[in-house]
Amino acid sequence: MAHRLSSMVAALLATSVLTVPVAAAAQDKILRIGMTAADIPRTLGQPDQGFEGNRFTGMTIYDSLTAWDLSKEDEASVIIPSLATEWEVDPEDNTKWVFRLRDDVTFHDGSPFNAEAVVWNVQKVLDESAPHFDASQVGVTASRMPTLRSARAIDEFTVELTTSEPDSFLPFNLTNLFMASPVHWQAKFDETGEAEAAWAAFAADPSGTGPFRVTAFAPRERLELAPNTEYWNPDRTPKLDGVVLVPLPEANARTAALLSGQVDWIEAPSPDAIPQIEARGFTIYSNPQPHVWPWQLSFAEGSPWLDKRVRHAANLCFDREELQILLGGYMGIPKGTVTPDHPWWGNPSFDIRYDPEEGQRLMTEAGYSADNPVRIKVQTSASGSGQMQPIPMNEYLQQALRECYFDIELDVIEWNTVFTNWRRGAMDESANGAHAINVTYATMDPFFAMVRFTSTKTFPPVSNNWGHFGNDEFDALIEDARTSFDPDARDAALARLHARLVEEAPFVWVAHDTGPRAMSPRVTGVVQPRSWFIDIAPMDMN
Amino acid sequence: MLAYTIRRIILTLPVLLGVSVVCFALVHISPGDPLISILPADASVDLQERLRVLYGFDRSYAEQFLLWLSRAMQGDLGTSIATGRSVTTEVMRAVGNTLMLASVATVIGFVLGSLFGFVAGYFANSPVDKAASAAAVFGVSVPHYWLGMVLVIIFSAQLGWLPAAGAGPGGSGQWRLDLEHLSYMILPAITMSVIPMGIIARTVRALVSEILAQEFVIGLRARGLSEWGVFLHVVKNAAPTALAVMGIQLGYLLGGSILIETVFSWPGTGMLLNSAIFQRDLPLLQGTILVLALFFVVLNLIVDVMQSALDPRIKR
Repeated sequence: MAHRLSSMVAALLATSVLTVPVAAAAQDKILRIGMTAADIPRTLGQPDQGFEGNRFTGMTIYDSLTAWDLSKEDEASVIIPSLATEWEVDPEDNTKWVFRLRDDVTFHDGSPFNAEAVVWNVQKVLDESAPHFDASQVGVTASRMPTLRSARAIDEFTVELTTSEPDSFLPFNLTNLFMASPVHWQAKFDETGEAEAAWAAFAADPSGTGPFRVTAFAPRERLELAPNTEYWNPDRTPKLDGVVLVPLPEANARTAALLSGQVDWIEAPSPDAIPQIEARGFTIYSNPQPHVWPWQLSFAEGSPWLDKRVRHAANLCFDREELQILLGGYMGIPKGTVTPDHPWWGNPSFDIRYDPEEGQRLMTEAGYSADNPVRIKVQTSASGSGQMQPIPMNEYLQQALRECYFDIELDVIEWNTVFTNWRRGAMDESANGAHAINVTYATMDPFFAMVRFTSTKTFPPVSNNWGHFGNDEFDALIEDARTSFDPDARDAALARLHARLVEEAPFVWVAHDTGPRAMSPRVTGVVQPRSWFIDIAPMDMN
Repeated sequence: MLAYTIRRIILTLPVLLGVSVVCFALVHISPGDPLISILPADASVDLQERLRVLYGFDRSYAEQFLLWLSRAMQGDLGTSIATGRSVTTEVMRAVGNTLMLASVATVIGFVLGSLFGFVAGYFANSPVDKAASAAAVFGVSVPHYWLGMVLVIIFSAQLGWLPAAGAGPGGSGQWRLDLEHLSYMILPAITMSVIPMGIIARTVRALVSEILAQEFVIGLRARGLSEWGVFLHVVKNAAPTALAVMGIQLGYLLGGSILIETVFSWPGTGMLLNSAIFQRDLPLLQGTILVLALFFVVLNLIVDVMQSALDPRIKR
């Protein structure tokens, strides 16, 4: 009997192997994307899964008042109008902003987009008394627009936003608030009778104003999008027949899915698979992202980093080009938190480069030598979002910095624990005596790029100034940037802040990620901007 | 028989309570913030506290446990923090997918394992035994996720014959019994079957060798029973143990397929657990562990009852 059964199984396997045309799944112009996320990012308007969520279920299904310009690959991505055509701060009261809205936008359900819709979307995360307030959307949204407090409709297409303090960064923050349809939500509420259930129903059948609308949703497996042919922006009206998002968290599975023709695009192929992917005719797109892979230094009492010469030496004593080769070329070489072509660059007097002689001189001056190295403990993780390849990279630094009299001890702990410790600070016992922490961060928004690491108001546990770096000078620079409402003046103030940041070096700047992604040669119209995001809407397929 | 079954069911109740306590305690003593999936590291202290209250994490552990247990007993495992979806729905969908894959893998493992085991036991110390035993040792020794990757590289990436990932062209919700959908199951099922195949083969080989050496087999042959007849007697004597091993293996496959499901992006309990662990999604983690533990307990119960039906001595 066992023989008979096994023969049947073998015959079934053989038949399947011979008859199933796997790669034939691609039909029409359906772009199938293998994401690194383990689940479809939330579709109800405020995605989870970090910026990968915004990239795939935020900017595709929804729009925000302001947006990132993703149309250029050779310039820094800047803020542009989206659902708001223009905005200005009230000159009398700098906590009030007036945003004028487009008057030709409708949601996927056909209802109009207007000022009331903006108010409703602000309330969904900020007004606990609103019937549609949803706690699950608060965390990922409120923390990215920390000063926004309320919204008020002035007329049908003009809205007033109020912040807790004067804050010129608001237009950056608003890229994170996606506009969901109040009318569609109300219909779900009328069906379910309960806000939480209405949001769950809305997530399964969402309605935004974005270039794509949802046609099928299988949680944890796939999300199917169809073009929104009524989209308000002709430059972003999709040419594709559809997009399918597939969560493929395992790097080898993503590569195999691409090579076998199951998907047309994968995020973050593992570096060692890239030569094989290229050899099979696929295209690798990459560009330095607004991302920093740093060591964030401790300024706690007794820390060796209190000596600026030691901080500068660490930034001079390893060859970033060598590290770039180690990473297969997929790494940007940092000269600071932002790149020299960025509006916030500011021309710092300290040049981050490879200069071991100068590094050794500084270390000798600071009292260290080969026989008397400085002992440094660095807390890091073995993996994690944006961490690239933390172990080989940290081991490279450990080895390279030895030449400049650094004796580095790596304290490798689990990613979520490092992430939690990041908020607790260098003086907390969770730091375990570490003098530096290795947590990567995004630098698109001035608050997240610089302010939270340099203000005395952001010491732990308030925010991520893990090392307790800050003084009156930096607080004044931040205040100046936050209250400069003219975009050019604001950028100039941020440039002054950045220049001083690089000169004071509270970080060892190690790398910028380049966000490699592999695509089938069938995909055309791809622009990989200097951003965490990429615009799928203008893409096409042969 | 009925009394035995009822007694066994009653005995599982304290086990289930113990499982729920351990499951709750394990997920709560693990490091990390339970709100990490919806609360970025830069969230304000006020916001952290506000959400902690909204999600009930400000209450005492005892209060949280009793609340969770009372809901779980009514079939409501709560709401996933990360997705906002019902944990019961999520877990049951994943259990269905894993059960489908694990059942096929168990059948393959049981059939091949029994085949190899009987052949090896019947022809002990012969080249056939050595070949079958080598296959069994390979099964228990090879890291299954590695085998999965190798199979994917050969049959998906290189030959393009079989899909590399997923549960079907339209997802598991649209699964049908046809070749296109079965093709998604072939590689993960084969990968998953190697360990039960090896374990069952080794168990059955030892059993068959032992049974063949017993006096009743000599007696059967002395009475002139055909070799087929002797074989059937050996099978009947080996079946309870083989069945018990198979039941335990199915239990392991239901809960222990994290690596295989991750390699093949199979939307089952393994992927769900993986995702829940990395997102610190406590309700999802608790719900999945509890349901898997229940499955294990129920499977053992079924196997015990079946064993006692096959071998009445067990009831004593």
